[in-house]
Amino acid sequence: MNPVVEHSHKELVELRVPSRPEWVALARLAAATVANRLRFSIEEIEDVKLAVAEACTAVIQHEAHGEFIDVTCEALADLLRIRVRDSGRQGVARAQAPNMNFDEARIAGLGVFLIRTLMDEVSYDVSPQGTDLLMVKRLTAATDH
Amino acid sequence: MDIKVNVREAPGDCYVVDLSGEIDVYTSPKVKDAIGELIDRGVYFLVINLEKVRYIDSTGLGVLIGGLKRVREHGGSVNLVCTNPQIKKIFDITGLVKIFGIFESEDAAMKALV
Repeated sequence: MNPVVEHSHKELVELRVPSRPEWVALARLAAATVANRLRFSIEEIEDVKLAVAEACTAVIQHEAHGEFIDVTCEALADLLRIRVRDSGRQGVARAQAPNMNFDEARIAGLGVFLIRTLMDEVSYDVSPQGTDLLMVKRLTAATDH
Repeated sequence: MDIKVNVREAPGDCYVVDLSGEIDVYTSPKVKDAIGELIDRGVYFLVINLEKVRYIDSTGLGVLIGGLKRVREHGGSVNLVCTNPQIKKIFDITGLVKIFGIFESEDAAMKALV
């Protein structure tokens, strides 16, 4: 099957949640549901859940976050692409900001470390419009049905 | 989604904290308060039972690390009971397996504590 053609067939799920702790569960469950549609293994679905939660948490736990967090999940043929955006000015990038105390920075750093470890590709862009975090999880041969 | 916290006294000067549910940025303050209250009362040897925890993130790990740091200042210790492979994986990849005593059963965690 032509992978390029497959990439054109995607399912897109967009979710906007308030930037508050009680809404992180919804964001991670939405991402897990999309991951399940792609037939990731249970362990991989848990990885996705945690990565999305850490991304949302990084946004919420910092001062200048916006009112909402936008989570976009694109299910392609062989990968899941997730974008987490806040409407503030910085999110994950601020996790290692020098004005945080040592313990806070260590815990925030742990979240970023988890995202980078659990997902196959991670990148983020910080602009005046907000932080845009992009994560990719690929289907492995073992889980690709 | 919620977290249930149950604190019970164990033999010796130890307490067991049973956690059930999901520990994240929303629920972790409840866990932090429960552990903090014990330490404030002078309890420095804790077993935290994570057997019924389905999910933990960095904020939950942070609470556990914070508790461990506080009890160690008083010569105390925190051991964890963890049987969920996904939760164990988080401790593995973050290297926290080297910091906490992690056990398959509460008995083993208690014995290693005292």
